[in-house]
Amino acid sequence: MIIGIDMGGTHIDGAAIENGVLIASVKHQVDHGNYFASIWQCLEDLLSQVDKDAVERIHLSTTISTNAIIEGRLADVALILQTGPGLQWHFERMGEHIVYLSGSVDHRGILVRNLDMTQLDDAREQLLENPVDALAVISKFSTRNPEFERRIKKYFEGDYNEITMGHTLSGKLNFPRRVRTAYLNAAVSRTFIGFAESMREALRQSSIDAPVFVLKADGGTVDLEGAMSKPVETILSGPAASFMGVRALVDDERSDRVLIDVGGTTTDLFFLVDGVPVFEPLGIEIDGRKTLVRALFSQSIGIGGDSHVRFEEGALKIGPRRYGLPIAFGGDSMTPTDALVYLGKLEGAYRDKCLQAVERMAAEHGFEGVALAEMIVRRMCEEIRQAIERVLDKLNASPVYTIEELLRDRTIRPQAVEIIGGPAASLSGYLEETLCLPVYCPLHHEIANAIGAALAKPTLEINLIADTEREKMSIPERGIYMPIDRTFNWREAEQFALSQVRDAGKALGLEEDQLDAEIVESSSFNMVKGYGGRVDRNIRVKAQIKPGLLEKLRKSD
Amino acid sequence: MKAKNTLGLILFPAFDWAISRSHPEREERLLYTQDQLLEEGIEDIEGIEFFNPGMATLHDINRVHFCFPDAQSLLTESHLIAAGGVMRAFDAVLSGETDKAFALVRPPGHHAQRVVYGDRGFCIINIEAVGLEYARQRYGDMRVAIVDTDCHHGDGTEDIYWNDPDTLFISFHQDGRTLYPGTGDIDELGGPGAFGYNVNIPLPPNTGDAGFHYILENTVMPILEDYKPDIIINSAGQDNHYTDPLTNMNFSAQGYAALNERLNPDIAVLEGGYSIQGALPYVNTGIILAMAGLDYSGVVEPDYHLGKWRQSERVTDHVRRIAEQVNERWLKREELSKREYGDRLTVTRRRQVYYDTAGIMEIQVQEFKVCSECPGVNTVHSYNDRGASMAGITIPRKACHACREEGYKLFEHAAATKKSYLQDMSSDDYMVSR
Repeated sequence: MIIGIDMGGTHIDGAAIENGVLIASVKHQVDHGNYFASIWQCLEDLLSQVDKDAVERIHLSTTISTNAIIEGRLADVALILQTGPGLQWHFERMGEHIVYLSGSVDHRGILVRNLDMTQLDDAREQLLENPVDALAVISKFSTRNPEFERRIKKYFEGDYNEITMGHTLSGKLNFPRRVRTAYLNAAVSRTFIGFAESMREALRQSSIDAPVFVLKADGGTVDLEGAMSKPVETILSGPAASFMGVRALVDDERSDRVLIDVGGTTTDLFFLVDGVPVFEPLGIEIDGRKTLVRALFSQSIGIGGDSHVRFEEGALKIGPRRYGLPIAFGGDSMTPTDALVYLGKLEGAYRDKCLQAVERMAAEHGFEGVALAEMIVRRMCEEIRQAIERVLDKLNASPVYTIEELLRDRTIRPQAVEIIGGPAASLSGYLEETLCLPVYCPLHHEIANAIGAALAKPTLEINLIADTEREKMSIPERGIYMPIDRTFNWREAEQFALSQVRDAGKALGLEEDQLDAEIVESSSFNMVKGYGGRVDRNIRVKAQIKPGLLEKLRKSD
Repeated sequence: MKAKNTLGLILFPAFDWAISRSHPEREERLLYTQDQLLEEGIEDIEGIEFFNPGMATLHDINRVHFCFPDAQSLLTESHLIAAGGVMRAFDAVLSGETDKAFALVRPPGHHAQRVVYGDRGFCIINIEAVGLEYARQRYGDMRVAIVDTDCHHGDGTEDIYWNDPDTLFISFHQDGRTLYPGTGDIDELGGPGAFGYNVNIPLPPNTGDAGFHYILENTVMPILEDYKPDIIINSAGQDNHYTDPLTNMNFSAQGYAALNERLNPDIAVLEGGYSIQGALPYVNTGIILAMAGLDYSGVVEPDYHLGKWRQSERVTDHVRRIAEQVNERWLKREELSKREYGDRLTVTRRRQVYYDTAGIMEIQVQEFKVCSECPGVNTVHSYNDRGASMAGITIPRKACHACREEGYKLFEHAAATKKSYLQDMSSDDYMVSR
């Protein structure tokens, strides 16, 4: 049995799944004063309904790290940066304790200027004037050669409880994002570790022996140990949990699809191409900070079930602001939800009040009540349609770098839409008309998040680079920097990448048939020095455990 | 970080195309440049946008070139995409999408002349000219200055705009007596319809940052101020760099960036440059930052030491003399034109063109009609050592009625004896006989 728990902004949902069948589910309110207690109560409630000893794994999608960042509850971090030559970014919102050191490597990881040890002594003196708990060390091109980050870490070991090295967080190139990601990792470390330790302790006291996995924004999971060393990977996992839940609830087709998650304030859009989710090219943005945290691509639009509806200079406007609850649920601002209640598509606790309000607004602007309500719902659908189109334009213009890709012209053309969220079922008919596409609202969609959390499997992406001239190979995500032979070839590189992904997957508890290791990108470049010189190779392979489900959800008999 | 000028980047490294396995123009060429741009976080700068190239059509190619036997059999998709990348750059700027655009595409184009039998200097089609002529047909006439900062003389661009007064071509390059393609002399000044609007600035080997900036300040900028172009294009070859394996100049990334800041081009197009690890990553970063109006002072090559690359007094003097001579020709261009062409009705020019990559020798005779109403219709008769023979007639965009009529007559006449091409740029029509 797998337990999945997803903590959102207001609710926390739990689901227990045994052999692919949903056997229990719960919904609680989040206590913002005590996130751990919220999760624990939800878990206890769920466990009281099932056989505790049958629990094989517990999957958590939490907002622990997310909220720490968004609410500004970040620990002070000492930062050591080696910016090297090039563009000089100004790093803001990272506190006061930043030290810049000389020393740099180039794009191939070749030493340009060595680290000056006397500068390190000065840096320590300066940093220890304001003692803090965590340190982040980031060098330009450190993924290509992590030597400086490692040496600096070694030097400061003992001074800090937590030291984050930039190259350990992603194999992708982007120095400013690496700096922000490492900073955030160090800054939420203590909060997340505190949570993880409480979790472990509580499980131990309840004699629950199941391993804990934590959801990531890419729709995969990582074990608790891994999450404790890279807590930044656990940010913004909620939407990914919902997305994975829908994957478990619908028949998978190798087609282009859009997933629409309608919330109160916003609506999130996700995309699948040939049944494979679209990812952020570099990483997700949180609180205005662009990171290297791997994530599903999503676009949030400022329109939801509770968005404020009004007329401005004769024109109907919806959102992006929200003023409390819909009238039908005790609020006093007109919303799309009220229009749906008026049309009889949704139940409302204050139905009469809602009907009156819609009638009144309609009369003020010379409409029939039904006409206004329909207009509101159709306008909402139209805004969603336009947003989908804008995103598709953007995705379809994503940069490509080979002639083959350019000629292939893989334009995304959705063939179906899936919709979840509060008013999902009542909107689907209208959306079908607006989008001219079939719109599915899966059963259990209201707890898709918890189901997704339960069924998501561990994921991992690695970026291998082999440089036969330098006789070096690296996989930053696995901490691998090793010598190779000059004869090392493309096929060997691909095989090594796959074996590394498989090993990592097995270490995360995946069975052989669940591994789904694959090469995502692969190229080998001839390197020639001068004219007619010897030909070496620069090989680049990206491999991953394909994000996916441990199993599909079956209908209970 | 926010760009002062919005900038469109067409970065298309064509990772699956090479002239041959170990040719300098191979898959690896922009690999390290892309790495550098990714690591610098260029794509996260507000105001810098990345665009995919489009693909030029054969019509776009035929608008500029006489391809023998035809464009289809000479070109691969990579050429159409490189030209399409430049067209995308023009679209970005002229439609107002971005203030400026930089096409980092390959293979390059500035050695490709109007007649094309094959590959010269790694170029088959002139990607700037294809982009510019597409833009003129789509967005209307404009006065354009092309400043070619590649180390090799831009002989292809020179040939294509030889007789076009609306396109000022300025090339500074390592003196042709010391480097391919050998042309680019100070006295190659243009055809009778555009005499003086072809400006060559041959520089001595070992010219450094100081020399390039001297030329820029004292010759290029004054000429541009005088000419008042609607747009400026930088043919941004990067082989003047001190690490380039094929040339002997001492320009640096800082130098290139400062040049682009001062020149302030609307569009830049990558041309040559084969120091793919030591120069391109830094030069391209420098150009991008300069075009975007951002601080490029930190962009320095790993092995750069000013002392080592400072130019000698002798070079400085030489550069100063060249500048004076070029300026004199510019100022006296009308007088010199009269002296050169007088009252002649037609001007004939004989040339040999060598295709180094393809190994073809071409002989051509060009005939320019001197017209008081327009730049004049012109014809090229060409044959090569492989037995090919052809004629090409070009009716300029602003041709007068008489020149246009004559162009069609010339075409009919030539077509009776050999394979003939007609470019009617005034109506954007292109014809081939047989």
